[in-house]
Amino acid sequence: MLYIPCPHCGLRNETEFHYGAEAGVAYPEPNTLTDSEWAKYLHIRANPKGWLAERWVHYAGCGRWFNLWRNTITHEIGPAWLPFTTKPKAPGNIGQEGPRV
Amino acid sequence: MSEISFSFDDKSYKGHPGEPMAAALLRSGLLTITNSTYHGRPRGVVGLGVEEPNALVQLVSGTMESMLPATVIEVAAGLAARSLTGIGALPDHPEEARYDKTNRYVDTLVVGAGLAGLKAAEEHLRAGREVMLIDDQPGPGGHLRQLGQELPPALREVLAHKNLTYLCRCTATGLYDQNYIVAIERRSDHLGNAAPANRARIRVWHIRADQVVLATGAFQRPLIFANNDRPGILLSHAAATYVAVHGVRGFRTAVVATVDNQGYRDALRLHKAGVTVQGIYDVRPGAGGPSVDAARAAGIPVRFRATVLDTGSNTAGALDNVIIRDLDTNETIQIAADLLAVSGGWTPIVDLATHIGIKPKWSAEHAAFLVSHTTDRLRTAGMLAGDFGGDDDPSVYFGPALDEEQSRHAYIDLQRDATLHELRRAVGAGLHSIEHIKRYTTIGTAHDQGKTSGMLTIGALCQLNALSPGDVGTLSFRPPYVPVPFAALAGRERGPLSDPIRITPLHQWHVEAGAVFEDVGQWKRPWYFPEPGEGMEAAVRRECVAAREGVAVMDASTLGKIDIQGPDAAVFLDRIYTNMFSTLPEGQCRYGVMCKADGIVFDDGVTTRLGKNHFLMTTTTGGAARVLAWLEEWLQTEWPDLKVYCTSVTEHIATIALVGPKSRQLLQELVKDTDLSKAAFPFMHSREATIDDIPVRIARISFSGELAFEINVAWGYARHIWERLWALGAGYGLTAYGTETMHVLRAEKGYIIVGQDTDGTQTPYDLNMSWVVSKKKEFIGKRSFQLPHLKAAGRLQLVGLLPGNVDEVIPEGAYITVHNAGPDEQGKTPHTGFVTSSYYSPMLGRAFALALVAGGLDRMGEDVVVPVGKNLLRATICDAVFIDKENLRRD
Amino acid sequence: MNDTLSPGTIGRRQAAALPEQPPQLWKSVKPKKAYDAVIVGGGGHGLSTAYYLAKNHGLTNIAVVEKGWLAGGNTARNTTIIRSNYLWDESAAIYEHSLKLWETLEEDLGYEMFFSQRGVLTLAHSVSDVRSKKRNLYANALNGIDSEWLTPAEVKKLVPIINISEDVRYPVHGATYQPRGGIAKHDWVAWGYAKAASDLGVDIIQGTEVTGFDIRNNRVQGVHTSQGTIAAGKVGLVAAGHSSLLAELAGFSIPIQSRPLQALVSPLLEQVLNTVVMSGAVHVYVSQAHKGELVMGAGTDAFNSYSQRGGFHVIEHQMAAALELFPIFARAQVLRTWGGIVDIAPDASPIIGLTPVENLFINTGWGTGGFKATPGSGWVMAHTMANGRPHELNRPFALDRFETGHLIDEHGAAGVAH
Repeated sequence: MLYIPCPHCGLRNETEFHYGAEAGVAYPEPNTLTDSEWAKYLHIRANPKGWLAERWVHYAGCGRWFNLWRNTITHEIGPAWLPFTTKPKAPGNIGQEGPRV
Repeated sequence: MSEISFSFDDKSYKGHPGEPMAAALLRSGLLTITNSTYHGRPRGVVGLGVEEPNALVQLVSGTMESMLPATVIEVAAGLAARSLTGIGALPDHPEEARYDKTNRYVDTLVVGAGLAGLKAAEEHLRAGREVMLIDDQPGPGGHLRQLGQELPPALREVLAHKNLTYLCRCTATGLYDQNYIVAIERRSDHLGNAAPANRARIRVWHIRADQVVLATGAFQRPLIFANNDRPGILLSHAAATYVAVHGVRGFRTAVVATVDNQGYRDALRLHKAGVTVQGIYDVRPGAGGPSVDAARAAGIPVRFRATVLDTGSNTAGALDNVIIRDLDTNETIQIAADLLAVSGGWTPIVDLATHIGIKPKWSAEHAAFLVSHTTDRLRTAGMLAGDFGGDDDPSVYFGPALDEEQSRHAYIDLQRDATLHELRRAVGAGLHSIEHIKRYTTIGTAHDQGKTSGMLTIGALCQLNALSPGDVGTLSFRPPYVPVPFAALAGRERGPLSDPIRITPLHQWHVEAGAVFEDVGQWKRPWYFPEPGEGMEAAVRRECVAAREGVAVMDASTLGKIDIQGPDAAVFLDRIYTNMFSTLPEGQCRYGVMCKADGIVFDDGVTTRLGKNHFLMTTTTGGAARVLAWLEEWLQTEWPDLKVYCTSVTEHIATIALVGPKSRQLLQELVKDTDLSKAAFPFMHSREATIDDIPVRIARISFSGELAFEINVAWGYARHIWERLWALGAGYGLTAYGTETMHVLRAEKGYIIVGQDTDGTQTPYDLNMSWVVSKKKEFIGKRSFQLPHLKAAGRLQLVGLLPGNVDEVIPEGAYITVHNAGPDEQGKTPHTGFVTSSYYSPMLGRAFALALVAGGLDRMGEDVVVPVGKNLLRATICDAVFIDKENLRRD
Repeated sequence: MNDTLSPGTIGRRQAAALPEQPPQLWKSVKPKKAYDAVIVGGGGHGLSTAYYLAKNHGLTNIAVVEKGWLAGGNTARNTTIIRSNYLWDESAAIYEHSLKLWETLEEDLGYEMFFSQRGVLTLAHSVSDVRSKKRNLYANALNGIDSEWLTPAEVKKLVPIINISEDVRYPVHGATYQPRGGIAKHDWVAWGYAKAASDLGVDIIQGTEVTGFDIRNNRVQGVHTSQGTIAAGKVGLVAAGHSSLLAELAGFSIPIQSRPLQALVSPLLEQVLNTVVMSGAVHVYVSQAHKGELVMGAGTDAFNSYSQRGGFHVIEHQMAAALELFPIFARAQVLRTWGGIVDIAPDASPIIGLTPVENLFINTGWGTGGFKATPGSGWVMAHTMANGRPHELNRPFALDRFETGHLIDEHGAAGVAH
């Protein structure tokens, strides 16, 4: 049960949110793209081990989409930011001791 | 305290309320509790708590939970249990106990109410924080309790602090991300017959804590030697506690085998309680400290560099003698004893920390894996952090060298009957990883999850491969820390509460009318309305005829409804739907299809333009939530420049569909302020009106091809409108119909149901709906229509099917083969599509179907075969519109 | 004593002993400088690929390189359900091929793995659920796959402990039943392949992480590892849970998201369930393993993760559904939960075949259903690697299907397809 910082409502349990995969994949101008480029937009999303800038929507709360840095190994939560605002830097690497909770 | 009776394996025993059942059994002289799972060897109590590998019982009283250690069951009035050989049973009568769940947010959660935990709680309380303290024992004190000692007054004050919540019998079962802890509190078993009937037996706590302190303590570990599993061989701390605190008097002569000073303390407790301690056999070359001095002062013989090698049993299988080996000379001696108390060092309880990926670190000084992890949100305390208190100076030692024969009865995991011999075989088979060895031997997989056997496995591997435990690493512990009953996790989410039930404002009417319901998502929808003695087929035929020839009414309130407003609403809908909505005049309705970006149809429905900047969208019943989410996603994350606001109004607006040639006449009787005539109120138009002064919105929308009106009304007024229709409808033969009739009527007209006539692979073109795809504008999914496969020939296309036998309703889902096709040599029959919707049409007087057929739109008139079981049904491909191709009936 | 235990469940039961494991499993070796082929990933699929490369194609100068311990990924973390009754022809063909291999696998490998064809029931809980399950059934019939429809009463006969009452929230409306489906002991499957491959001369290299690829002129020449560079004529990526990371190292992207999939076991229980029961609608996937533990699959967590653990709410939610179907489970206990990292493709179907890099092959995207495919996946992957082109069974599962739009969408039919 992740504890997710909704920029509008504050910390809320994961079950109030829906996931939206990689953040910042803009809808391209479809007619300028080759099939291959279009397929990439349709299907390819970042899947890194470590910090991932991803989208969430607080569907059971304010209903707003936002972006979040989250670590896919440790589940550490980094900063959240609103769409079309400046993306914060990825948090630093985790220490040797294990996850910060 | 007075004694009460309880039952074990059908015999009556005496015990003190609240003491462990294991203590009462031992006091009564019952050494052998059960036989082992695979080897059938007699086994008795070993430990003090959840680490117990042997004394597993099933409750026969109360809820009959399938498996619990007798060391944690408290004696209570009415307690009855039976022994298990490591295999539980599931009685099939209903479990009626109550289970509940609760959530808690606290500043600090302390796990473990031993000295370390109490001190941590005190610190956090002093800092003004709200503290929750949970502990799996019946009372606070941890180790002190086991010594039978009172808490110091200062710590008793901690427990009384107003900002402290202390829960006993509450076990933290898992530590999860962001300091989320799941704990189970056992609330009624210890009260036995006296438990209030309505008290939840177990409460599951979901705790979110700003800070967590893990003060989980440690288990004492056994040693590996030959025949180390006999009844009468106990962990020394357990043995001393049973004797000194619980008054177990059956043991007369004890031998203590130790690697640390704990053995001396326990020997002294045994001695003081009147047990003759024949000797302390310590693997170390020497030892000092107050514990050692005290044992020696009491006259207990001590021998260094010696340990237990083997044991012998009496005829009952219990311990009779102990064979001691001198580790320098290898000489052995035999000593008669009915108690062997083993102190193999301490294993701090690292489980919770490892749940979130913290790796324990080996400390040779402590002969233990420790977690000294500290962040600003999580820290450890007490033995887990390496604070062992006393004067222990443990040796890293797991047992003497054993030959092959001895190793066959040197148990590492008592519950799994897994021996040193098997571990050696695993290593011999080429396995190095402790995870492989666990899987090969099954060590650590039983009810106790390796609480004592885990470290022994690591120790045995170290001995074999001359490694340090730090090189081997710990086994991975997974939640839960102790087994949790399924019923506790289900909580109150049973029966009708297992998932919300959504009903329309007309539901009660449907129930009273005898409707048969179907589940559509969480909704209950009337499927059909049988009259007395009528089956589904007859009911549906009657309902269909009423809709086509008279007037019939359906509750369509489950349709998803989204109110869309804003200056850019029309532009927005143009991008969402494949067809144009900006050209839709106010007061009119249009059917629309929406695709995902991959070009695949994902929902459809009729949208009405209520004003220049105001639309009411309808969606499929099942699609309502995901369509709204889809609209919001695009608005918020792609087109923030569009001023559009979407609001779900599904449960604000009820929808009544009045269908049939007589619908206009009936409705006009109710609607005085609006002319419903064809000329005044054309098809696909929408009007505001009133019925009995109740505002309604009426639309000429038809999902049947019949003359039809959809009446939208505020949810709370729906029953009134519905009743009024029925009051007047008697003279018209008004008939209620359900979803099945709706399906027949719409299929007769070739109207699709997304999800039934589509399967997540159809474009609008595949559904013969090129007319709904605008060539003039961009919309979501359009680019994908250009992908090679989406424009390829031979795609499945929506067509009609007429069965050769007019009475034969072809089963939905049946596949269509070409003429004379049979199985090939691999037993596979090529097919050319499948039936999506199939019904009997009273209007056509025959069965008919919709199907998706490869290249079907170019195959009109072709005969095909539909194999159903052994039967080959014949059918002819035809247009998907079966009734009123000219659309004359709808007016 | 409150003697209300049902007849037959009273009294201690002595468990049957498990078969003794062989004295020699596989040799753990240090890597050689060069191999004809290297398989990255020592799980079930990687090991079966190695075995079939050696056995079917005579390639024995090959190695399996595993980052951790052999079969420690999803092979060790699944619910071991085996079936082939998939909807689409392409899926049915590859899973049925796999099931046929299962049926002779113990004999073929000379290794017992508790393969048990106890049948798999897939429950339907609504009118539309029945419709789609029946479609599945008709499709199976044409594909030569054994599958039959059972009424609720027939379901009850097969699984007496199931609740078929109309009063439950989502009553059982019927079920498809594949009698040839079943379960197997997951670790032993991997070990059987490892032993057989090792016996044929395949090098099994554990504790060795692939850190990069030696690619020249768009052709793979070897792999860089934590133990140095290993030259390889061909390289196969068979590393579920880490496929996209390896693909990125090789310079291309794949449409894969990695998610935790959770499962749990109970302590040993007397036998109450002799069939595998699945219900996608209420997320219940359960069987009772040979020793007696209930093995249950849960849903995937919503987000990408490599942590091999998931949220406990997923398990709690599943328990509520499980008790609706099986009231008798109320007194059972959750002994251990765990998560595996599953690679999910947009169409919930695997990706097996060529990559943009010559002589580099990939096998991924099995999502929640990879265990059952272990033999078939290895069979076609070995064929693809040996011949440099796909086997007819995996041709439809090529990476380029995402560009042509020819997806094989098992979502609708399979849900979470354990």
